[in-house]
Amino acid sequence: MAIPTYYPPRAYRTRVSTYWWLRSWPYLRFILRELSSISVAWFVLVTLLQLGALHRGPAEYARFGEWLRSPLMIAGNAVALFFLLFHAITWFNLAPKAMAVRIRGKRVPPLFITVPNYIAWLAASLFVAFVLLRG
Amino acid sequence: MGKRSNEPFLWMLFSVGGTIAALLLPVHVFLFGLAFPLGWLDGPGYEALLALARHPLTRVYLLVFCTLPLFHYAHRFRYTLYDGLQIKHLNELINTFCYGGAIVGTAFAVYLTWSI
Amino acid sequence: MAETITLEVQRYNPEKDTEPGLQTYEVPLKKEWVVLDALNYVKDKVDGSLSFRWSCRMGICGSCGMMVNGEPKLTCATFLTDYAPGTVRVEPLKHFPVLRDLVVDITDFLAKLSRAKPWLIRKQEKPLAEGEYLQTPEQLDAFKQFSMCINCLLCYAACPVYGLDPLFSGPAAIALAQRYNMDSRDQGAAQRLDILSHSDGIWGCTFVGECTEVCPKHVDPAGAIQQYKLTATTEWFKSMLMPWRGE
Repeated sequence: MAIPTYYPPRAYRTRVSTYWWLRSWPYLRFILRELSSISVAWFVLVTLLQLGALHRGPAEYARFGEWLRSPLMIAGNAVALFFLLFHAITWFNLAPKAMAVRIRGKRVPPLFITVPNYIAWLAASLFVAFVLLRG
Repeated sequence: MGKRSNEPFLWMLFSVGGTIAALLLPVHVFLFGLAFPLGWLDGPGYEALLALARHPLTRVYLLVFCTLPLFHYAHRFRYTLYDGLQIKHLNELINTFCYGGAIVGTAFAVYLTWSI
Repeated sequence: MAETITLEVQRYNPEKDTEPGLQTYEVPLKKEWVVLDALNYVKDKVDGSLSFRWSCRMGICGSCGMMVNGEPKLTCATFLTDYAPGTVRVEPLKHFPVLRDLVVDITDFLAKLSRAKPWLIRKQEKPLAEGEYLQTPEQLDAFKQFSMCINCLLCYAACPVYGLDPLFSGPAAIALAQRYNMDSRDQGAAQRLDILSHSDGIWGCTFVGECTEVCPKHVDPAGAIQQYKLTATTEWFKSMLMPWRGE
């Protein structure tokens, strides 16, 4: 017996796996880039706690310094540094895509946006280091 | 303009915060998180750091440093939860957690940079 | 070089199957053969019931997009020899409902495309007698890249956000809206803003960037979306600061 053909046909739909970001390296790299936001929040929190300790006096600040020296904090900050470098590099490298700068009708080459970003990064880092280390 | 979302404003905070985080956070983590605690470099002592933190320009710097990157985190982490765990239906909870956290952090930053 | 290569093709017959399965074919491995040639070989010589879409065989019609070993590809531009020795797995484009074998339902994309108004909008049309709208090479250059889109939908198959949220406008529709926004002859940017700046428009995009990677025409939809976010944000601030300006 012939089976009647239905219209519209019964389409097969797939669902995206919860672990889709494990399926290929570009997706995994993307999710790691996005997770760098945790490191951003983490170190802002550490800075706020540091300011709080600074505010409460030398004894509190010494205890805070002790806490920063604990192996767990060192490990946590090492991981945070890795993710923050990843964030900075991906951020600056993607900047030319997000900004289409045109000069006299011609789009400027990507390097003209990326390179100044890296120079600014280097200058800002050196300035912060200079202010903290000059004493 | 009620029908348009406030997404542009949140995205702008995300972008500006992301740029500040990219420019400044790595050197801060390297110095305060690793180099000073491990003794690779000699950091400023309590008095010197307090004097530095009380400088008007440093207050402004710290205020920016401790607020905008939090909104970068809130926006990005919110979408990571939406897409990475497929829990967009919990968006009210997620938004409260992410942006609420950023707002609490901002309040602390304002208080500390003001009163230090 | 081996004389044949193994082709694993996803088969799905909506009248019989509850879910798709893979069927294996041995096809001649020729230096000049692309995956589409192999599929046509199967259809002509081995199994006439195999269904797939194709037309121009030269990368311009945009109808032969499929997943080849898990990656979205134009099968007319994907050579068998690049996969030899080994098997070539051909599946329908990801994130779209499968109608039959390698044929997907693109109705959703077509609806989104027309909502983005990808045509020249004028406040007032110029009478024909006044001639055409002129454009300088620089003005053409501003949107030319985005006009290369052939609607092959590889970018939708590469976009996890579209897979997760079918309401998301998606890469090609937004890039094509941007193609007209950047066109000096067009005056419809304000009309498109309302559609694109909606939360299902550009804001769902998290800049995974894979749409740009897989695009066979180098359209860079990911760039188009991020650039449009900046435009939409500027417009949002303008409307906040100067609400009387209106549209």
